Amino acid sequence: MIIVGEKINVISKEIGAAMKARDPKPIVEMALAQADGGANYLDINIGPASKDGPQLMAWLVETVQSAVDLPLSLDTTNAAAMEAGLKVHKGQALINSASGAPDRMHTMLALAGKYNANVIGLTMTEKGIPRDANERMVIAYDIMMAAAEHGVPVENIFLDPLILPVSVAQNQAMEAIEAIRMFKQLSDPPLKTIVGLSNISNGTPSETKPVLDRVYMIMLVEAGLDAAIMDPLDEELAAVARSLPQALSDSLDQLQSETNLARAVKIFQNDMLYAHSFMD
Amino acid sequence: MPFTAPIETYSGRIVEVKIGVEPNVVTLGGENTFPLYGFEGEVPNKPVIAMEVYDNNPVDWVDAVKAPFADVLGDPAAWAVKCVKEYGAEMICLQLASTDPNGDNKSGDEAAATVKKVLDAVAVPLMVYGTDNAEKDSEVLPKVAAAAEGRNIALGPATEDNYKTVAAAAMGFNHNVVALTPCDVNLAKQLNILLTQLGLPHERVIIDPSTGALGYGLDYTYTIIERLKLAALQQGDEMTKMPVVANLGVEVWKTKEAKTGDTAEWGDQVTRAVSWEIMTAVSLATAGANLLIMRHPQAVAGVKKALGAFFK
Repeated sequence: MIIVGEKINVISKEIGAAMKARDPKPIVEMALAQADGGANYLDINIGPASKDGPQLMAWLVETVQSAVDLPLSLDTTNAAAMEAGLKVHKGQALINSASGAPDRMHTMLALAGKYNANVIGLTMTEKGIPRDANERMVIAYDIMMAAAEHGVPVENIFLDPLILPVSVAQNQAMEAIEAIRMFKQLSDPPLKTIVGLSNISNGTPSETKPVLDRVYMIMLVEAGLDAAIMDPLDEELAAVARSLPQALSDSLDQLQSETNLARAVKIFQNDMLYAHSFMD
Repeated sequence: MPFTAPIETYSGRIVEVKIGVEPNVVTLGGENTFPLYGFEGEVPNKPVIAMEVYDNNPVDWVDAVKAPFADVLGDPAAWAVKCVKEYGAEMICLQLASTDPNGDNKSGDEAAATVKKVLDAVAVPLMVYGTDNAEKDSEVLPKVAAAAEGRNIALGPATEDNYKTVAAAAMGFNHNVVALTPCDVNLAKQLNILLTQLGLPHERVIIDPSTGALGYGLDYTYTIIERLKLAALQQGDEMTKMPVVANLGVEVWKTKEAKTGDTAEWGDQVTRAVSWEIMTAVSLATAGANLLIMRHPQAVAGVKKALGAFFK
């Protein structure tokens, strides 16, 4: 499992302030902590960064890569900032992300081709979020075709089925998992897949998050997931992510013996109606 | 080859909630299949209709629905008697509109006195509903619960913000709780979990999923009721197996279609408005509602006729 550490994010109070002030210390500390936690990539999320995006992204890439020897996931919808980051990035970066919306798809894939970067293909379009695995598959196919146009090799693509919060879109949990299985059929050798894991428990009570995240991760790995954007400092979750797939092969059965985990499985499979107190 | 209709069987069953005291008890729920699917299971109790009575004089009502109650408006006890004697109501829903803090803001004691009067006047089962102001209902409903001791009423709404107070009052005086959530199936289940965690038995809870009238969100309510019943029947979900109430009279009579007078294009108001109420009620009963709160006597008669034919 490839772990993309998600903690360098403009939304974080401390990190956001450090980005604004160009204060390297909190950012470098967070980078080192995540590297220690076993992250394979570090996500650098600057949001839309409409004001000084290019300058900020370039500064962040240089600051982080001066401290840790890891490739970065450049996370912004701002194409100029993306390119500024790619220009100074050492090694092979990950573009986060292209989507099925034509503008964003072609701009980001062109950059992936130009800088020989990896790229996340988020299976949504300007029309909104896909309703099921089949719609995700259609968008994935479009992204794959466009990637070929821009000279991006298949092995540089990570498809993201878009995880939605189980508390508001319960029937989508298995659709995303099914999409991962289907993405694997798109090419040979198969495309890589990635998810933003914490989306699944967005909006659920904090005591349920570890259960939901862990169980869903196991189900995703079983379906063939290659990478996750997640918190590498969450040791239990990271342990699940690092476990070998064969060790997980019968883990779903094992889960049945533990009530809360079994309930989480049922919730994702839509065999039990979600409620915030589902563990009680 | 002869066609054999597929028959589903379900693992769950809706619990029976009994309101009122013998010999005037209504039973809600008890089915182990969907409405109109009697060939797959049992529907022991057809949906019950409760007629609305207001504790104030509803001056903002249109004449079309005031007329049947013209001589009793402002006198809830007489109003309830009229519903039972003249319009054949098997249950009454007393809406405590006068306690609304944004209106008359009557006290809990005054509301309790009104409840007592209504209970003395009619023997049929009673539901008493506050104004969905969590704070005010917390003051009013415990007093109502005390005043109605021994009559096994349905008391509500209990919401996320005041369910402890309402449930405690209901448990203290042996009443049933109506649990109201804002049009969200997950939140409906959640409130049932919270209520039962307090020790309120399943067979003392009625789900109010929020109601949309025909053309005003009926489809949302329909889907939520259907999903709750699916979870209860197919998945054996303990937290969705309570009967469902549709508080529809108040919603129907808010609509433009019910409030607009006779027009050349739309025709006669009473026919139109009554049809609107019938369509809303029958649709929600088809979704699985076990208790229908209704307003116009002609609509009540129409729905009774339909339900009589549907639920043999």
